Parts: sequence; structure tokens; C-alpha cells
Amino acid sequence: MDKHNRKIKKVALIGNPNVGKSVLFSRLTGVRVVVSNYPGTTVEFLEGKMAVGNEFVEVIDVPGTYSLEPSVPAEEVAIKMLDDADMIINVIDSTNLERNLYLTMELLETNHPMIIALNMHDELKHKGITIKEQDLEKLLKVKVIPTSGVTGFGIRELKQALSQAIPGKVKPRTHQQRWEHIGTVIDNVQKLTHRHHTFLEILEDASVNHWWGTVIAVGVIFACFKIVRFIGEGLINNVMEPLFNTVYQPLLVSLSKVLGGDGFLHNILIGKLSAGQIDFQQSMGILTTAPYVELVMVLPYVFSFYLLLSFLEDSGYIPRLALLLDNIMHKLGLHGFAIIPVLLGFGCNVPGIMATRVLESKRERFIASTLISIGVPCAALQAMIVGILGGYGGKYVLFVYGVLFIIWLFIGTAMNYFLKGYSPELFIEIPSYRLPSFRLLRKKIVLRISGFLVEAMPVVLGSVLVINLLQQVRVFEFVSSLFGPVLSFIFGLPKEAVWVLIIGLLRKDIAAGMLIPLGLSMKQLLIACIVLCISFPCIATFAIFLKELGLKRLIQATMIMLGITVVVGGSLNIILH
Amino acid sequence: MRKVNLIKMKTGEKGVIAHIDGGTDLEKRLDVMGVRKEKTITKLSAFVMKGPVAIKSGRTVVALGHGMAAKIWINIIEK
Repeated sequence: MDKHNRKIKKVALIGNPNVGKSVLFSRLTGVRVVVSNYPGTTVEFLEGKMAVGNEFVEVIDVPGTYSLEPSVPAEEVAIKMLDDADMIINVIDSTNLERNLYLTMELLETNHPMIIALNMHDELKHKGITIKEQDLEKLLKVKVIPTSGVTGFGIRELKQALSQAIPGKVKPRTHQQRWEHIGTVIDNVQKLTHRHHTFLEILEDASVNHWWGTVIAVGVIFACFKIVRFIGEGLINNVMEPLFNTVYQPLLVSLSKVLGGDGFLHNILIGKLSAGQIDFQQSMGILTTAPYVELVMVLPYVFSFYLLLSFLEDSGYIPRLALLLDNIMHKLGLHGFAIIPVLLGFGCNVPGIMATRVLESKRERFIASTLISIGVPCAALQAMIVGILGGYGGKYVLFVYGVLFIIWLFIGTAMNYFLKGYSPELFIEIPSYRLPSFRLLRKKIVLRISGFLVEAMPVVLGSVLVINLLQQVRVFEFVSSLFGPVLSFIFGLPKEAVWVLIIGLLRKDIAAGMLIPLGLSMKQLLIACIVLCISFPCIATFAIFLKELGLKRLIQATMIMLGITVVVGGSLNIILH
Repeated sequence: MRKVNLIKMKTGEKGVIAHIDGGTDLEKRLDVMGVRKEKTITKLSAFVMKGPVAIKSGRTVVALGHGMAAKIWINIIEK
């Protein structure tokens, strides 16, 4: 590297939304990040280090933007970050060169040293596009490197080219002048060959059509439920349960014998034996119930949920769903794009609420975050609900989802009516379908599952330990008899259910597991499951809500939760038989 | 030549953007995505109850709300 380039400390990856910046970022830095096929996956910037020669430079993955004149908050972030960077890698979707060049023109005017990554280069051929890179380089007067984040093509060349980054040296131009220049560039460097529509392209058009799109959406949603259930149940019955019974249980039986079958330590680790046997679901030992609930009952569902969500994300289907659901979402004060945070919320409410950053206004973010905290149970809680109710028949599970959906529509409509302001209109780019890359899919699922385990396991162990100790020192009964009567009066639940709600603040799945030994009737089970969903979310969700929306909004949301829980739980207690 | 807005335009029809009303904001937002005056577009779909409209311009597919769609005027290319 020459003298000039030794000064480079910070490289910004910048480009339109959904052009593969995060994949490139991950390739350059080795930092593992979640990437998807829809605009706005990166709502906050990510930093990583990249080795260039003997030195390390900082790389920032900037949220996508169409222009340096921002129209949504995520774009403002992008523009602020540009000022800090010493150098820019402008990432371009080669299959949509003309549109991408607008931002390039603006970037050239900023006089930052830059190079261009002509990304998604591997898709050019089958789309019938040829680009003369050398001519593009000559016309733009900056280095152009063809790359493919997905396959890894051109990454080494991109790193090597960093030292050749030079400022654009272009004087500021008007919109019109920029487009005129782009027109000249496109005429000189790009050639389109006519070819017949591929099956994927026919599907692309059909899935945004009001008739076919609706039919496809209903099919996709139905298939998703079926597949998540099939994989989840399959893993529980054929993998996790047998593994637990044949490998783990014998170890614990021996340990129980060594510990003498009773006593303080035995009760903490293994819990109380029932009829001389270890009861994994009920004993509340940190070596029994904690791993059983989390690894056997919950993990398989979390895995199958994220497998499917990741596939949908990478395929490019989700923005189409946003378009199709726009009408319904508008009734709730949101627009179709809010389906993305909601879908993420079905995995875990925390990333769901973070993802509301893709929405334009504070009002929308508040409505979406409140709806997620109340009406969107996380995958862990859903797994437990299916595990507890599913055995009695699918209709009971369906009942819980039905009630949640009605609550959801009700709260959304009410918030839309009472909150000042209006909901902005839908405005999204719909990406082409891509066949998800197996490598990226695998990485993303590993990232999400390990994230889930790292965050959930300590809290699960802690919750079980708390329950266990409280049971042993008899605080349990005291608190139950103190608050129990209120609970019995409103919801018709036994006084011990107080603890289900308290533990629900820590972990919803463990809390749901506590319902099993209570011996509830079906009516009580249904009410308990619904109350567990709609009352307070777990503490992690509270924390992120506070961070993202502030104390005032959190208090308002909490009031709504309390109100709706009493009204719905109380009504169900009167209505159900 | 027939000139209509995106709402009146029929699904499947092709046309050239004549002008975009309603302040510079919408125009600017579309402009930076390459959807601008004199560009040929195809209307892909429209949803009932004042729902959104999807259009295709070159390789870009954009979905936009009813109110925005009403402000975009198209000279229809008759088949």
C-alpha cells in the first residue's frame, strides 16, 4: 500500500436497500450478520474489522438508501455515517444497474475516495444482461469490481482494489443532470438480450397480483403452519425425546441415587421425585425441567420456525405479503411493511420490536410494538401452548390463536382511532425472487439458534432455580394466598397461577410449563394460556420497548396490556363453559 | 392518447409517466428509484378498498399506496 492509503481507517459499505451489502460485509470481515431478501434488514449499522495487507481497517455496513436525501429514519442513519468514513465501497445490484447508479452519482459528488462493487454479478447471465465493466470504469472514473457476496466471487479483488480508491471529483448536479448522465452510461455499458420469461418471473408477477397473489398467500401461510408443526413435532418425537430418554435420563437417575433421592441439593438439581421417578415436566430441577422444557419442548419449534422464516426472508416473498396485507394493516394504523416486525416477533418479541425501525413514524412504531408485545406470542411460548393444548385437539390451539387475532384487530383499530396522527402509505420496492443459498441459510439459522440458546438458557436456569427455591422456603404459598383470590375471582384460576404470571416476566415458556402440574380444567388452561400471552411480555421485551420507545410509551402500553388482560380474561371466564 | 392516473389505469396496461402531482416529495422518492417522467411502466395489480397499487418500471417493482397512485399520471400505450 502506498502512503496515502495508510490513512484509511474506516470503510463504509453503502448502496440501495437489498443489494447484498450485508452479505459482502460478512464476507469481508467474517462478522456473522443476518441478511434477507427484503429492503431494510440492517436497521442499525454494523461494524467489523477487515485485514488488508498487514493492517486492519474498520468496515461499517450502512443501512440501504436510494439517495443521500433521506426519506425514512434508516436512511438518515446511512447519511450521517457517511461523514465518518474515509472511504466508500458503493455496492450496486448489477441486475438493476440504472436505478442503482443514481446513488452512485450522488456519492461521486461527495468527493469521498470510493470503489464500486458490481454485486450480484452471478445473476446477470440468466437475466440476459451484459455489462462492460471496463467501460463503466472509464465513464465513472472510479474502480469497478464485479462481485457476488453469495458465491464469494470477486471478494479478494475487491480487497486488493481498496488501495486504488480515488475521489469522484464530480461537481454537484441536479436530479435531471444526474439521470441524463446515467442514461449515457447505461447506453454505453449495458446490453439486454431478449429472452422468454422464466418460471420464477411468471411467479413474481402472479404473487403481486390481487387475485393470484391472494390465493398464493393463503397457500403459503397455510403451508407454513403445517411445515413448522411437522418439523417441530417430528424433531420432538423422533430426535429430542428419544435422545433425552436414552442418553440423559439414565445419567440423572444415577445422580439422583448418589444424592440419596431427597434433600436440599437433590431438590435443586433434580427436584422432587413423583412415585420414585423423575418427572421432567413437573419436578422443577435445574438439571431436569429446565433443559427438558427448553431443549425438548421449545428448541425444535424455534428451529423449525426460524428455518421457515429464514427461507421466506431469503426468497423475497415477504415484501409481497406486505403488499397483500396492506389493506388489513391500514385498519390498524400501520401499513403492509409492518408485517416484517410482526413476523420477527413470532420468533422473539425483542428483534420484532427492534425491527419496527423500518416504519416511518413514531406513531406506527408505538402501535406495532404494542401489538407485538400483546398479541404476538414468541416461538418459545407458542411451542409450549401447542405442547400443552395440542394433545387435547387442534381446535383448542386454534381457539387461542383466534382470540389473539381478535384482540390484535381490536387493539390496533382502537389505537388507530385514538392516537393522533395518521398512518403513512405503503411505499416499498419488491425484490426479485431468489433461490435461497444453502450456505447463507445455514449461517443465518445457526446464528439465530445460538443467539436463542445463549440468551434463553441462563434465564431459563435462573427461573427454574427461583421457582425451586421459593417452593422450598414456602414463600410460594404465602404469595399465592395473598394475591390468589383476586386471580380466582377475575380469571377463575387457582391461586398458584399467580406464580405462572410472575415467572412469565422472566421466561414465558417456563411459566407455561408451570401450568402442567396445576391440574387445570380445559377452560382454565385456555384462559391461562391467553392471559400469559397478552399480559406483560417478558422482561427482555420490556427492556427493548423502553430503549426503543421511551418510558412514557412503555407505561401507556403497559396500561393497555393490563386493561385488555382483565377484560379478555374476565370475559372468557364468564363466557366459556 | 389516453391519459389517466394509476388508479384508473387497468391492470396489465402499459404506459408512459406523464407527470407526478402532489409536491416534490413523492416525485423525489420515486425519482431516486428510477421511476420518473417519460419512463415506461406496467401496472401489475391494484387492491380493492383503496388498497395499494403495484407497478413495474424496467427491473424495479414498486408497491405504493392508493393516495400516491392517484397522483401519478400515465399516457397509456394502446396495444
